[in-house]
Amino acid sequence: MKSYQPSRIVITGVGLTAPNGNSLPEFRRNLLDGVAGVERIDVRYMGQQLAGVCHYDPLKYQKKKEVRVGTRAGSIAIYCAREALADSKVAFDSMAKDRVGIYIGCTEHGNVETENEVFNISKFNYDTKFWSHYHNPRTVANNPAGETSLNLGITGPAYTIGAACAAGNLGLIHASQMLRLGEVDFAICGGVSESIHTFGIFAGFKSQNALATHEDPKKASRPFDKARNGIVISEGGCLYTLERLEDALARGAKIYGEIAGYHVNSDASDYVLPNPVRQAECVQFALRRAGLAASDIHIVNTHATATPLGDIQECEAIRSVFGTGCPDTHINNTKSFIGHAMGAAGALELAGNLPSFDDLTVHASINVDELDPACAIPGLVLNHPRQVAKVDTILNNSFGMLGINSTLIVRRFVP
Amino acid sequence: MTKDECKQVVLDIIADIAPDEDLSNVKPDVRLRDQLQLDSMDFLDIVMELRKRHGIEVPEAEYMQLASLDSCAEYLTPKFNALAAKG
Repeated sequence: MKSYQPSRIVITGVGLTAPNGNSLPEFRRNLLDGVAGVERIDVRYMGQQLAGVCHYDPLKYQKKKEVRVGTRAGSIAIYCAREALADSKVAFDSMAKDRVGIYIGCTEHGNVETENEVFNISKFNYDTKFWSHYHNPRTVANNPAGETSLNLGITGPAYTIGAACAAGNLGLIHASQMLRLGEVDFAICGGVSESIHTFGIFAGFKSQNALATHEDPKKASRPFDKARNGIVISEGGCLYTLERLEDALARGAKIYGEIAGYHVNSDASDYVLPNPVRQAECVQFALRRAGLAASDIHIVNTHATATPLGDIQECEAIRSVFGTGCPDTHINNTKSFIGHAMGAAGALELAGNLPSFDDLTVHASINVDELDPACAIPGLVLNHPRQVAKVDTILNNSFGMLGINSTLIVRRFVP
Repeated sequence: MTKDECKQVVLDIIADIAPDEDLSNVKPDVRLRDQLQLDSMDFLDIVMELRKRHGIEVPEAEYMQLASLDSCAEYLTPKFNALAAKG
């Protein structure tokens, strides 16, 4: 009997907007040049706060009315989807649109619009007849995917995946599964975040004593540094085009990398505190699924958000898996440049590392003036990018509240 | 308020809710939906903006009165003037 061999899934396009770049080449250049993208913004009720803000042009792919009626998350998703499609060079116009799936990870959705409407009716003595008729289509959880399907005329499945800050990875993982099941022939997937437009996220992290402060915004996000004091909240998005290998090869697509393995699990131990044992299990299961040993991994992109406890917990998990016996494993962090892009984080952080397959350079984790001894794990790439001999595998960790953990491994494509 | 002024009020609202539209040649006697890209949500926007900006209420049964600029002027001008008379 022939054993089941799942289709190989490959990445064929990348579209992104990050606080320090609106395309993969620009994003990558800034990661290698040490250019952070954090600034001060005015947050309702809270005044000036630090945030990662994207500066893409929404009107590149949307009409003014679409921007007015839609949400920021929808706009980011449309921009990223269009950029990814263009990058993939797929003949989109002639594609069967009912065979295209859109799978977008979100940390949260609806807070922005609900806060805006409550603020709006506060100007009318809280009379709900002034509440917008757009509130419901703007706040449904599938909004960013739905807006993307409308903009592109895609009639296949389009929905979001709620997975807190693990959501970006979940978008790619779910798309891989749907392609393997034959549910769709082409997937647009990843994650988006509009979280800087909701004061509630800022106030929530502040109440948890987990909101970063620093006199220099660009130095505020500092995972692994002894003086780190919390998260910089960011918006952003990164969507990929994923295809089955045979389809990508048939059309002569550029292949960024192959989905080698993944795993998703749950801590089942706390609402917000991470659990290093479950995180390590998540990494181990992903390695097993990929048929790789820890020492086969060349880049580990950490989730670390620069909270005092969270970084230590993740380092404990990484130490338990990679220990001291992985001399070719290099460990970095992308949030040190762009802050925490929430539901987009996993997808953006993977993208920032994909060019390493070509340039054999590992971008650094910046803003580490004094390494916290509790975070001193072997292989950390600090403050300056590192040229290395080999990059064939990238392991991307993304963890989220309520204890959801995700690990995604991408390997260099070898026919 | 004159009917022409009333039409301008409606056009100002449409300019905000349909910013991609060219409003320089809107025919007053032709249905707005037949010459502009407006959907049902946009008409709810017109109703909402009349309420927010001018305190004018348009009951659902009378939405059809907003079909064209001429019908808007016929229907809304007395409402504006009644509101102005109240002070």
